[in-house]
Amino acid sequence: MANEMKKIDKNGLGSIISALLEKGYKVIGPVLNGGAIIYDEITGVNDLPEGWGDKQEAATYRVVKRSDKALFGYVVGPHSWKKFLYPQKTKLWEAEKNNKGFDIKPSNGTAVKYAFLGVRSCELNAIQIQDRVFNNGMFADTFYNKIRKEIFTIAVNCTQAGGTCFCVSMDTGPKAKGGYDLALTEVINESGHYFILDEGSEKGREISSKVLSSEASQDEISAADKAVKNAEDNMGRKMNTDGIKEMLYNNHDHPAWALIAARCLSCANCTMVCPTCFCANVDDTTDLTGSHTERWRRWDSCFALDYSKVAGGNFRTSIKARYRQWMTHKLASWIDQFGSSGCVGCGRCISWCPVGIDITKEVELIRETAKA
Amino acid sequence: MAYKKPRLAVFKMSSCDGCQLSLLDAEDELLDVLGGVELAYFPEASSKMLKGPYDIGLVEGSITTPRNVEEIRQIRKDCKILITIGSCATAGGIQALRNWKDVKEFTKIVYASPEYISTLDRSLPVSAYVHVDFELRGCPINKYQLIEVLNAFLNSRKPNVATHSVCIDCKLKENVCVMVAHGTACLGPVTQTGCNALCPSYDRGCFGCYGPMDSTNTASLAKEFKILGKTSFDVMTMFRNFNAYAEPFRKESEANEK
Repeated sequence: MANEMKKIDKNGLGSIISALLEKGYKVIGPVLNGGAIIYDEITGVNDLPEGWGDKQEAATYRVVKRSDKALFGYVVGPHSWKKFLYPQKTKLWEAEKNNKGFDIKPSNGTAVKYAFLGVRSCELNAIQIQDRVFNNGMFADTFYNKIRKEIFTIAVNCTQAGGTCFCVSMDTGPKAKGGYDLALTEVINESGHYFILDEGSEKGREISSKVLSSEASQDEISAADKAVKNAEDNMGRKMNTDGIKEMLYNNHDHPAWALIAARCLSCANCTMVCPTCFCANVDDTTDLTGSHTERWRRWDSCFALDYSKVAGGNFRTSIKARYRQWMTHKLASWIDQFGSSGCVGCGRCISWCPVGIDITKEVELIRETAKA
Repeated sequence: MAYKKPRLAVFKMSSCDGCQLSLLDAEDELLDVLGGVELAYFPEASSKMLKGPYDIGLVEGSITTPRNVEEIRQIRKDCKILITIGSCATAGGIQALRNWKDVKEFTKIVYASPEYISTLDRSLPVSAYVHVDFELRGCPINKYQLIEVLNAFLNSRKPNVATHSVCIDCKLKENVCVMVAHGTACLGPVTQTGCNALCPSYDRGCFGCYGPMDSTNTASLAKEFKILGKTSFDVMTMFRNFNAYAEPFRKESEANEK
């Protein structure tokens, strides 16, 4: 396996992007914008945030200049790939009034072929988790699956960890274990700046065959493995997941929930940046004449008060109830519902919480004095 | 019986006129709106002023004078559905800053003959005096939300006016959070959306123009502002703004007054 690895340089990566563009893919990758590294359309390797890194802590994110010219020298930012697979707003259908009643016109969703460049291992896991939400045998979301089945994925193995990362605890990284078409590991050392290229699918082999590459030597592969080990050994956070489902189920009345609620703004930032959160609201709209109506789905959050409003009232009126619902679902009932944790340890909810609520610390807070 | 178009009336209490102008600003939709209603009373738009009763009344402005009180009681009697528009009408407006001071002192300074000024000691929302069927927030209101509210009442459905934080709209727009990524104090996490996250879209912190969202934790946000370097005075002035007298903002500004 190891001796099948290829080695490419920055130009080789540029050729991969060109080959994907030629095949009609819309290529999405990391770009520097608005003081953060976000995911947006790219047309070449020069669009990537060369020489930029990031510093993350609870409630803090800053981009920083690096001393090298790394193309992937940062971890995950405020965006995740869910905004492409599961767009913020989707028209579900529309209807037009006629003489007898109304005609329903179904919405066909987006017909787009995305190539994602720079998908981290935690994010690959997040996509697989959303697959189980949107395509689980009992229920298939046509809008999601239409985009999902066309994507081309280039994973990037992390060679450093962010301040809020804990993928090792969630067993979701830092090395991608599959689910990609191509995977890259960036190496910068005394022998140069190169990428170890791993082909994960037939689609991936087809693209990489068009790119000038050489066979990676054992030393070069070892250097890449060492770089990934560096990320693994330097996780900014960790979460003890032993028996976490039972622990949360048994501690719904733990005093820690009130302490967290005193800080929680219920602003919904954590759920918006979470790569697996999938809650949506559905709005029906009419035009002024009442002859045309549309049904739209848009991202919503279990932190929004209206989200848990039902006929007759609201069953989660306190922030405490809503935070507990979110965390218990993410880390516990998700396992019963979809067969895995809903958390991939990407740390976004920690970094992007305006008041720095830290899911890893909150779990510890409960665990310290948990009821068995 | 022939279908009669609902009669629409637009009234003004103590305010700057900006919110009722939003209706006239809705250029692309105005003809459709006017096609759906009979414009019975809207002095800013037409000199034709018909007497009530009206099906829908829009009221801009806060209640600050004894005359406002009389007027709003009559308006309530005249309107089947009463909708208040803008921060003045829904929270007392920027003029509610006087609620912390002695208004007589102001009239002495501002007017040559203050004895002619008849005013109440507090600026309050319309809902402090009469029942209101729907409150549309904002300073000024968002014209698309106004059209949505009219549209909803004309089509006998619930208006799609979200009551969640500005943060959700920032994320829908893919804005990078100004608080987390730039260290800018932002009222977005406690403010109701409606402006489509206007200020954060231009790298400014939210000013709270749409008032408190449905479920606020202002104390926690104020604490974070202080970590970002704001003083208690700064925090007080941030909350004491266009929606100063909306309950959660009022309480937080008072907690930081000392």
